[in-house]
Amino acid sequence: MSLLAPGQLQYALAALLMLTGLYGMLAKTNLARKLMAMNVMQVAVIVFFIALAVRSGGSPPIEIEHAATQIEPAYANPLPHALMLTAIVVSVSTTGVALALLVRVHRRFRTLDESKLLDRLRE
Amino acid sequence: MRSTFGSPVLDAAARLLAPFMWLFAAYVVIHGHESPGGGFQAGVIVAASIILLRLVRGRLAASVLTSRDALTLACLGPLLYGGIGIASFFFGGNFLDYGVFPFPMEPSEVRAMGTLGIEIGVAVGVAGVLVLIFDALARWEDGTL
Amino acid sequence: MIRRLTVLLLAPALVVLLQAAADLPEVGDSTAPAFAHVAPYYLAHAHEETGAANYVTAVLADYRGYDTFGELTVIFTAGLACLLILGVCDKATPGRDGA
Repeated sequence: MSLLAPGQLQYALAALLMLTGLYGMLAKTNLARKLMAMNVMQVAVIVFFIALAVRSGGSPPIEIEHAATQIEPAYANPLPHALMLTAIVVSVSTTGVALALLVRVHRRFRTLDESKLLDRLRE
Repeated sequence: MRSTFGSPVLDAAARLLAPFMWLFAAYVVIHGHESPGGGFQAGVIVAASIILLRLVRGRLAASVLTSRDALTLACLGPLLYGGIGIASFFFGGNFLDYGVFPFPMEPSEVRAMGTLGIEIGVAVGVAGVLVLIFDALARWEDGTL
Repeated sequence: MIRRLTVLLLAPALVVLLQAAADLPEVGDSTAPAFAHVAPYYLAHAHEETGAANYVTAVLADYRGYDTFGELTVIFTAGLACLLILGVCDKATPGRDGA
C-alpha cells in the first residue's frame, strides 16, 4: 500500500468531503440535512476537478501580455474550470428543485423526519 | 413573503447597493472575454441584488422585478441563446457557429461578438431562474405568485 | 446504532479512495493526463480563434457552446419545475394538496 505524497493531499481532502457528505446522506434522518450533505458531496467533486486543473507556478487561464518578460507563461487547465462553472450553477438550480420538493413534503406531512414520514405514509 | 429585515439603515444601504451591483454585473458580462467573468457570474450577481432587495424590503420590493418579469427573463435567456445559434444557419454556418456573421471585423472579433451575445443570454436566463426559484420558495405561504 | 454502522461501512470506502488518490498524478504536475489532450490546443489557439483572452469563456461559450446551451436548458427546466412543484401558478385552486 503506497502512501499519499504531500502533493496529493487535495485528493485526500476531496475524498474526506465526499465521505462526509455520504455519511450525512446515510446517517441523518432529516431530509433537509440529507440535502445539505448532498451539496457537500457536490463540493467534493468540484474540489477534485479544480485540483486536477492546477499547474504549479501557473497563472489563471487568462492570457496575459508577456512581451516584457519574453517568458511563455504557463496557465492552469481551463477545461475543468469551464466544466465546474456550469456544474456549480446546475447544482444551485437542482438544490432549488430539491428545496421545493421538501417544502411540498413539509406542507403535506408537517415533518421532514424520515421515520415520522414513514409512519405518516403507513397510516 | 411575510417577514422582512426592514430598517432604515438596511433600506438605504440596499437601495444604494443594488444599482452598483447591476453595473458590476454589466461589467462582468461585457468584460468576460478579457478578465474573470462571464454570463453565469453576471446572472448570479443580478439575481443576488434582486434577492437582497426582496429580503430587505419585503413586499415593497416586489415591483422591482415581478415574478412574472422573472419568468419572462428566464424564458428570454435560452431563447436568445438558441436564437443566435439558429441565426448562424442563415449565413451558411452550423448551429452556434458565430464566425459566419457578416460583421465588418476580424474573424476572431466576429466570434467574440457571438460569444458576447450568448453570454448575455446566459446571464439573463440565470438571473431570471434564480429570482424565480427564490420567489417560488419564499411565497409558498401565500400561494400566489 | 445506524451511525456506527455507517462509519463501519464508510471506513473501507475511505481506504479505497485514499489508495486511488495515491495513484493520481500530483497536484500541479503539468505532465498529467489532464494536460495532455485538448487543454494545450485550447491554450495555444483559443485567443486567435475566438478572440477571447479568457480561456474559460472561450471553452465555455465557443468550443463547447452546445454543451452550455444544454446547461442553460437544465437551469431553465429547474426553474419551471420549482414553479410547478410548488403550484404557485394555479391561483384558482390554492392548497389543492389538502394542506
